[in-house]
Amino acid sequence: MMFRPNPSSGVPIYLQLMEQVKHGIETGALRPGEQLPGIRPLAEELVINPNTVAKAYRELEHEGIIELRHGAGAFVSATARAKKLTDKLRAGQAIVAAAMEKLRARGVTDEEIRRLFEAELAGLAKPGGHRE
Amino acid sequence: MSDRFVIETADLRKNYDGVEAVRGLSLQVSGGSIYGFLGRNGAGKTTTIKVLLGMARPTSGHARVFGLPADAEDASVEIRGRTGFVSEEKELYDYMTVEEMIRFTAPFFPRWRGDLEQRYVHKFELPLDRKVKALSRGMRTKLALLLALCRGAELLILDEPTSGLDPAMTEEVLQALVSHVASEEMTVFFSSHQIAEVDQIADHVAIIDRGRAVVTGALDDLRENFRRIQLVFDGDAPEPAFRAPGVVRVRRKGRVLTVLSSAGAERILDEARALNPVSVDVVPVTLKEIFLETVTAED
Repeated sequence: MMFRPNPSSGVPIYLQLMEQVKHGIETGALRPGEQLPGIRPLAEELVINPNTVAKAYRELEHEGIIELRHGAGAFVSATARAKKLTDKLRAGQAIVAAAMEKLRARGVTDEEIRRLFEAELAGLAKPGGHRE
Repeated sequence: MSDRFVIETADLRKNYDGVEAVRGLSLQVSGGSIYGFLGRNGAGKTTTIKVLLGMARPTSGHARVFGLPADAEDASVEIRGRTGFVSEEKELYDYMTVEEMIRFTAPFFPRWRGDLEQRYVHKFELPLDRKVKALSRGMRTKLALLLALCRGAELLILDEPTSGLDPAMTEEVLQALVSHVASEEMTVFFSSHQIAEVDQIADHVAIIDRGRAVVTGALDDLRENFRRIQLVFDGDAPEPAFRAPGVVRVRRKGRVLTVLSSAGAERILDEARALNPVSVDVVPVTLKEIFLETVTAED
């Protein structure tokens, strides 16, 4: 599993990490029960703040996507909630794929589609909604 | 003022011969954070650091480190004993070898960490028998960093730690910092004019401009709250007076109105939609954009 947050994108790094873990589960790159890298090794590997990794893991645990076992590390949750998320995302992916196809058919470029999605997300997201 | 913060300044001012280097700076640095002190050259970063370390006396206002007053002599000795400091010049004795420099420094610090010394000599691949004056800039930085990291300090203050380093060497230095903070309980306060490195490793940031903090906060909060709202109109853009708080800057150019908001984009959007624009775009704002928007341009 490769994590690749982009620190200068303007999107909080912990949110990017969370998205990448969720995406990893969705694509099957991360399996239920599989261990995630430790906070320190991951912070060192990505050269990002360890508090950021810890925050991403805490939020993922809060959402029921991973389990933090004291002293043992972080594991992808084996519970139904993680699976449900996978089904939900799979359905979402199909909707997105269909929308992309329509947009491309109308001659909208991928770059434009990305901008549309980002604008929509930024416009709907409640500012400060992810704060602890 | 309280002891909750490792570093706290309140309305700090410092004049040098009539030049106001620091003009009412208020900072609060919590323990365990990597705090990026971001500003252009000459913004007052080094002066602030000198005040924190008792190397310059404030003209007015307060500066506390570990809750101790930085301008009191006794307190300052204690502050420096508990703080690792690397100046921008990386002051070292050129006539010593790397090993002599380490052996010379260690006895000054009762909590010297021999284990870390071994680790960093190895990790940084420092040539122990080379004279300090023959070290490359990168090696010199690594040696200065080693000397600061091994003191068993609770606080690390770094003045432009990566200045003059190539990207690979910069990454190595940042990685050493990240790894150190992950394994030791400590706070890092580093000044920089490199936005990318602050973006990468800091969790809190203060943007300082002309001796004042213009933006402070948790980096994630800034990323989540700052938004650029772009409105396009049929004809010339109107000159709106937004009532919602959080409007940092409004720019009008022809049919386009751009609003930079630091918080509460929702409410600004509500007001913006009432102006009947033909399109509304809301995009996240990068730290670089925040920096460029809040820091004054060249005089």
